[in-house]
Amino acid sequence: MRWTELVVFTILFLLVTVLGFFAAKWRQGGTLEHLDEWGLGGRKFGSWITWFLVGGDLYTAYTFVAVPALMFGAGAMGFYALPYTIILYPIVFLPLVRMWSVSRVHGYVTPADFVRGRYGSHWLALIVAITGIVATMPYIALQLVGLEAVLRTMGLNGGGILGHLPLFIAFVVLALYTYQSGLRAPALIAFVKDGLIYLVIIVAVVYLPSKFGGWGGVFSDAQAKFDKTPALTDGTLLNANNQLQYVTLALGSALALFLYPHSLTGILASRGRKVIKRNMVALPAYSLLLGLLALLGYVAISAGVKPITNQATGRPDTNTIVPVLFGQEFPSWFAGIAFAAIGIGALVPAAIMSIAAANLWTRNIYKEYIKKGATPAQEAKQAKLASLVVKFGAVAFILFIDPQFSIDLQLIGGVMILQTLPAVAIALYTRWLHVWGMIAGWVVGMGWGMYLLYTIPNAAAGKNHFGGSALSLSKLSLLGYHPFGTSSVQIYVGFVAVVANVVVAVVVTLIARKLRVFNGTDKTAPADYHVDEDSPRVKAIAAH
Amino acid sequence: MPSAPQTSGLRWSNWNLLLLVPLLMLITPFFNFAKPAVFGLPFFYWYQFAFVPVGVVCVGLVFLKTRDEPVEHGADHLAVDDLDEGDSKKGKR
Repeated sequence: MRWTELVVFTILFLLVTVLGFFAAKWRQGGTLEHLDEWGLGGRKFGSWITWFLVGGDLYTAYTFVAVPALMFGAGAMGFYALPYTIILYPIVFLPLVRMWSVSRVHGYVTPADFVRGRYGSHWLALIVAITGIVATMPYIALQLVGLEAVLRTMGLNGGGILGHLPLFIAFVVLALYTYQSGLRAPALIAFVKDGLIYLVIIVAVVYLPSKFGGWGGVFSDAQAKFDKTPALTDGTLLNANNQLQYVTLALGSALALFLYPHSLTGILASRGRKVIKRNMVALPAYSLLLGLLALLGYVAISAGVKPITNQATGRPDTNTIVPVLFGQEFPSWFAGIAFAAIGIGALVPAAIMSIAAANLWTRNIYKEYIKKGATPAQEAKQAKLASLVVKFGAVAFILFIDPQFSIDLQLIGGVMILQTLPAVAIALYTRWLHVWGMIAGWVVGMGWGMYLLYTIPNAAAGKNHFGGSALSLSKLSLLGYHPFGTSSVQIYVGFVAVVANVVVAVVVTLIARKLRVFNGTDKTAPADYHVDEDSPRVKAIAAH
Repeated sequence: MPSAPQTSGLRWSNWNLLLLVPLLMLITPFFNFAKPAVFGLPFFYWYQFAFVPVGVVCVGLVFLKTRDEPVEHGADHLAVDDLDEGDSKKGKR
């Protein structure tokens, strides 16, 4: 047991717990019994709060342990996280402000609300809502993986169900203050989380390489390790086969990120268009941080880090390499701060994700199908309960099912959420795509994407299915026709699936238009997409 | 779009083209080398780090240069909106 680390960690954890409960009173609105308040923090966060909130939301604890772990294991391929989070902001800059404006005019809380308003189709909205919930659930479970990696490194590495007890306690506390304070809790805690993360990473990046002969030494150690492995896919540079995978994974992930409901929650909670635009300029500071953090995977190679064996599963858990590196190389009190940074880093996104999933459930399933006349107070109550269910569902995932399963599911979730691109993103610009075209495209993209993921083996992990997201082009088959022959170049499955999705959507749209099939009613007006906070047309916050 | 009014919902500024510049970093053959290294970082790594400021400058310029464009305050479309509001409220109550 590492007592110093554990004490520092516990103090910081208690601090954010107090903040979490106090947050209910922070910048209080008239009532918390409305989704605008509980689920979106009153739709009034300014530039700074949004920067911390969205930064804390997108750059999750799992990212912070998994990206260096990928670099540690595979090398350059893991660095895709940097181009992914750089091209992200130029891509979403224009669509996000449109989404904010139209949501502000009509009081939309979720992406599925927008789809419902834009196409008047509750089926399309239902598809988007279910995709969002299913893709978000394993993502929440993964935050637990990140938190547990830290807890186990500190010595709380028991076996069996009891071994998960510390994690369970941490999550009950999180569930309680999210229930009470809603989005204000993660918004307030994000200040602590991001502050700690910046401190730790900057210290780590400045201090650690000097212990191993500078970056030059670190990179030659890493190259030496990769040269020794039999696999040809690793190395400190990309090879002929994985460059396309690198690019399509970065692009596909960038397109997918703001389709996740929790990312949009942070955007819709902001006060105005300017706040979002400023943040698109300022958020890359986190990308820089993520890139530096990724390099710590190589530092861990130089430091001779051995991943800890998870006593609950009996396998070495590579996600522990960054916590182990910190524990090994930092003085104990600072390692405690570093562990707290990662641990609290798991709580912020987990809270926002559970709120986003709860909003989807409430607005697009409960209110649409179960209780049509629900009042705003009933909606808020329902969402609070749903956020509890979602969180305990995620804990159950970790407790009763192999954590590897949530990692697989998250991989699948990324491919799934990408399939909502036409309905959520393209629809922001045009209604040309027909509602049936998008439903057909979703079915094909989803089905084919899942099938392709199923066919990918991973010899290293001893798995025959769901072994990763890199598909060899030779495996790509259009009803038996192999357009790329025996090429061993790899590509990101999500990218293939979304291309198929869009092609099908276009073809079906052309047919539906030819047959003059009804394309739903658009409740939004073109001008809605440009409205700003000072406009008289914005909907009153927390109004009935 | 039979139901849409004649006014276009799209605004274009040529400054928006700057948003395409960061996508250049997706062309891996441009930078998949080890040399020249800077502070021990192979070219592959520092080249991609250099795109962080490139992205910030591009997005920042688009933000500053398109700031003066009129934002819709919507007085002209109030009638349309009111109709919609009436519709959606019926569903809620």
